[in-house]
Amino acid sequence: MLATQTAVPIPDPLSRPSNAPEHCPGVESEFAGKSSACEGCANQEICASSTPKGPDPSLPLIRERMSNVKRKILVLSGKGGVGKSTFTAQLGWAFAADEDVQTGIMDVDICGPSIPTILGIANEQVHASRSGWSPVYVQDNLSAMSVGFMLPSARDAVMWRGPKKNGLIAQFLKDVDWGVLDYLVVDTPPGTSDEHLSIAQLLKDSGIDGAVVVTTPQEVALQDVRREIDFCRKVGIRVLGVVENMAGFVCPNCKGESQIFKPSTGGAKRLAEDMSLELLGSVPLDPRIGKSADYGVSFLDEYPDSPATTAYLSIIRRLKEILGDA
Amino acid sequence: MPTHPPQTPVARRLKHIKHIVIVLSGKGGVGKSSVSAQLALSLHASSPTARVGVLDVDLTGPSIPRMLGLDGHGVHQSSDGWVPVYADGRSARLACMSVGFLLKRREDSVVWRGPKKNAMIRQFLGDVRWGELDYLVIDTPPGTSDEHLSLLEHMAPVHDRLSSIIVTTPQAVALADALKCLSFTRAVNLPVLGIIENMSGYVCPCCGEISNVFSTGGGAAMAETERVPFLGSLPVDTDLVTLLDAAEPDAGIEEPAEREGDAFAVLERYQKTSSAKLFKDVVGTVIQTMSRVG
Repeated sequence: MLATQTAVPIPDPLSRPSNAPEHCPGVESEFAGKSSACEGCANQEICASSTPKGPDPSLPLIRERMSNVKRKILVLSGKGGVGKSTFTAQLGWAFAADEDVQTGIMDVDICGPSIPTILGIANEQVHASRSGWSPVYVQDNLSAMSVGFMLPSARDAVMWRGPKKNGLIAQFLKDVDWGVLDYLVVDTPPGTSDEHLSIAQLLKDSGIDGAVVVTTPQEVALQDVRREIDFCRKVGIRVLGVVENMAGFVCPNCKGESQIFKPSTGGAKRLAEDMSLELLGSVPLDPRIGKSADYGVSFLDEYPDSPATTAYLSIIRRLKEILGDA
Repeated sequence: MPTHPPQTPVARRLKHIKHIVIVLSGKGGVGKSSVSAQLALSLHASSPTARVGVLDVDLTGPSIPRMLGLDGHGVHQSSDGWVPVYADGRSARLACMSVGFLLKRREDSVVWRGPKKNAMIRQFLGDVRWGELDYLVIDTPPGTSDEHLSLLEHMAPVHDRLSSIIVTTPQAVALADALKCLSFTRAVNLPVLGIIENMSGYVCPCCGEISNVFSTGGGAAMAETERVPFLGSLPVDTDLVTLLDAAEPDAGIEEPAEREGDAFAVLERYQKTSSAKLFKDVVGTVIQTMSRVG
């Protein structure tokens, strides 16, 4: 009944024809055979003659796979480094705290996957079986999939243009044996480009329950976040609310609070008001959050008394209410 | 390197640019744009005649206009190509170009897949009237994807003084991505001038205690194991964050004649920050190392 009858080989993200030129756009690229790097390449003719792509054949397979997933939530932010992956992981851990709830985390940041490190499973590998690629399990009811599990070493760079990234995202949705899930949380890279368009298009039929938009308080971040919200509206993704990270820093020495990233234009609160969105909450900057992420442990479990934990949990509670799962 | 580079529009423009530095980082939000802005300001201040350009190829998240106080400016068309926006007004020694200058409304999202981004980058390199530049600083989005490959594809065949700087924070997650970035530069034969560790410690304004908000020391350690020069650690400087975040277009920019010498508002304010002093050393090393590239 599942999408694949035989084991789907796990791709080597670094594979290119062995005789490819230095800037080979990749055989899957729209530029395959046409880029300047292709001139003189032995494969040029084969690449250039590939037939144009019709309607995406993976869509029905994705629909079937995703029919077992109750809620699909995207974690977005226009800006990088605001804490998307950290929030995704906390969300995963918080959902999975209920042992009857099955949660999956999908990392579509192909060039900078952080989820394996943050979940403490950086050295794991993906295995292929008859029912698809097995995700990596953090605990019985929390699984994850990331390109990070497919690289021979953490230092390897995935130098892919859009089309190949899109191809892998489609495979994450159709070839991964997620099983029956209550929540699938999708962590995205910064920006509004291939990955975002692909996930929106590929999940359109199955339905995305909504997106959580993460920001930090300074205007440079808010600018990008406004663009991300504009993107959500353009493609018809419901924004569940805004999370403000790194809001205020409490000095461990004098307990005085200061603003590292000043909300010079009113921060996330003002942004949420201006764009008629709900501010789900503000999480203060606690250096132990970053440290927990580096060590791959759950911040919520390690530091249950931190004000940041209280903030995270209240945000997650509110999210469940909005989704009608409270 | 070909002896006679092909006469593409990109080649014709880049012929007049002495050094090109690409600012990279695997991870987002580590301070690429703020390092790019600081690099441009410091290079501008490094000599009374230095001519500097900043190209922002973060097409879906351009931050350079705001950081240099140029939000709301537009690009003009001239018979010789697009006129960049000058941060220093009439002296015209600090030229900027960003997709942010092309948007009608700041909050418009640029929702583009790779091929359109590639075309835009080609236009930025071929159609912008940079004129003679000593330095072109290129700010990039995070990752190692379309924008980075396009830059290299267009520039490497026609310019031989191309180099890069890798920005990271001390956190393991950022260092892991910085390593990927380094692998990228090796794969495409792009010289690395060095690694900058950003957000290395934060000084509490109340008690002066240094907190390693995002850990510390990882950048230097990585530079050592990877045998790449370490350019320096920059602590979190709230004055700089505020300056780069709130730098509103200054009325004086339109009429720089009223100002003394070549200084302009953003540069004046920047030079008062503690980061500017630290960055001066970074730029000293950068200029030295750069002269050996190519």
